[in-house]
Amino acid sequence: MDIKTMEQYASQTRRDIVRMVAAVNSGHPGGSLGCADFFTVMYHKILKQDPKNFTMDGEGEDLFFLSNGHISPVWYSTLARANYFPVSELATFRKLNSRLQGHPSVDHDLPGIRAASGSLGQGLSMGIGAAETKKLNGDDRFVYVLMGDGELQEGQIWEAAMYAAAKNVDNIIASVDYNGRQIDGDVEDVLSLGNLKQKWQAFGWETLEVDGHNMEEMISTYEKAQELSGKGKPVMVLLKTEMGQGVDYMMGTHKWHGAAPNAEQLESALNQLEETLGDY
Amino acid sequence: MEKKITILGEKDTRSGFGEGLHELGKSHPNVVALCADLTGSLKMNAFEDDFSDRFFQVGISEANMISMAAGMTIGGKIPFTGTFANFSTGRVYDQIRQSVAYSGKNVKICASHAGLTLGEDGATHQILEDIGMMKMMPNMTVIVPADFNQTKQATKAIADLDGPVYLRFGRPKVPIFVADDAEFVIGKADTIFEGKDVSIIACGHMVYKAIEAAQELAKEGIDAEVINMHTIKPLDEKAILASAQKTGCVVTAEEHMINGGLGDAVAQVLSRNNPTPQEFVGVNDTFGESGTPNELMTKYNIDTADVIKAAKKAISRK
Repeated sequence: MDIKTMEQYASQTRRDIVRMVAAVNSGHPGGSLGCADFFTVMYHKILKQDPKNFTMDGEGEDLFFLSNGHISPVWYSTLARANYFPVSELATFRKLNSRLQGHPSVDHDLPGIRAASGSLGQGLSMGIGAAETKKLNGDDRFVYVLMGDGELQEGQIWEAAMYAAAKNVDNIIASVDYNGRQIDGDVEDVLSLGNLKQKWQAFGWETLEVDGHNMEEMISTYEKAQELSGKGKPVMVLLKTEMGQGVDYMMGTHKWHGAAPNAEQLESALNQLEETLGDY
Repeated sequence: MEKKITILGEKDTRSGFGEGLHELGKSHPNVVALCADLTGSLKMNAFEDDFSDRFFQVGISEANMISMAAGMTIGGKIPFTGTFANFSTGRVYDQIRQSVAYSGKNVKICASHAGLTLGEDGATHQILEDIGMMKMMPNMTVIVPADFNQTKQATKAIADLDGPVYLRFGRPKVPIFVADDAEFVIGKADTIFEGKDVSIIACGHMVYKAIEAAQELAKEGIDAEVINMHTIKPLDEKAILASAQKTGCVVTAEEHMINGGLGDAVAQVLSRNNPTPQEFVGVNDTFGESGTPNELMTKYNIDTADVIKAAKKAISRK
């Protein structure tokens, strides 16, 4: 898929996100909007997957784990737009009897999802476990994990970081949504992460940085991450994003981390986001 | 009414786990084992030595171990995690809840040094709430075997069950009375003695205490039925109801808090179906302390004498 088409997908996904969240007056639009470009690049360019024949084991395929499960709207939209399940199902987000739970769940058999997430800090460990199994099975595909930056305040992340480097888990490519914001404010003010790049490097990870809104740069960075893999070290990509990207009043603040727009705000957001593939 | 039992020796239940796991290494190529720096304590050395490519030493990081184990199921592995019961449950409740149980992952959480009989290390390590936590968890099977042979049999049996399991065992050497060729059926209680006066339903180390109690009671003319309720969840309700119907009163015995344990589960079955007088032998809402296993069982009222006393009281309430 070319960049122009991917940009159309990302724009439609941003429309899906604000519409889904507004429809139930709950959910997390900020981080979801910030990661729309990343998810589009992942699912249309980087991941080797078979959306029509999803299996839990994903043998011979790349696996993707979303650890910061609260940005489920961007994942659901991306999966639906990539043909994992009908786009019309996005209308059920957070409603009773839906497969699209507030936070991702496997309990409802939604194709594309292999682990529940929401309680933070667990996805990197799960990804490492899956990566170890791929090694045992002689499966040479990769395991990708996305975490939030605020999520790195969880201790388990650093247990996992230590393990992957010490045990040479070199088939995992993890990313951090490095938007610098969390529910209570700026990460710097809530609990500073310090020099994040140096931290991951000190933990023994190959560490790359990329503009999470530049698709070409992301493609080349993840290709480089793949090249760095298989050499004894896990790979981290610090993904610099803007929370709320694409909707002016949601950018430059942490306030839309977990708040839904009202009808007027929704209209304003939709006016800024081109409908490219047709709303659900 | 004769209460005779053959004692086959004396061993720790954790060694039963170690032997069972080692045998699984040979019979089940998809079984993998993870340990958080307690390989020797969990008796996982033989597996580590003979199946080193399938053994994962994670260091002192139990949260990472549990979520990693959940991830390892993706691609078909059957992970067995090993650490002390306290660090297998209380420390990682949320990881078990989200990564394992809610995610429907086929992880076997194997926990040693459970209860007071861990002994001298004291209350920081003596978890008495783990059965309760694990039996509340949706999708979780909870098994507390009684001796070395049964722990070995249970370890092998859970590999063939598709779903998360909590397997609880312990540190001290205790008598072996389950036949070494017995079949372990998950969810089916073993009746050790038939009796007509009182049903003693026990799990784990308390099964042998129940056997001793029944033998003492027999000398006084009291005919106690002893049931080894090795599976707490799913609970063998039929066995409980049939026995209670016959004897008219029940004693539950466990090396665990009375709150939330086997006794609670049995009481729920009885109150729903056939309200029956029940006495509870267990630790009563308190932490343990340092001491020898026997001293602790006496001080915290989970010894043979406590089972006898409870049986008499239950009978008096009929």
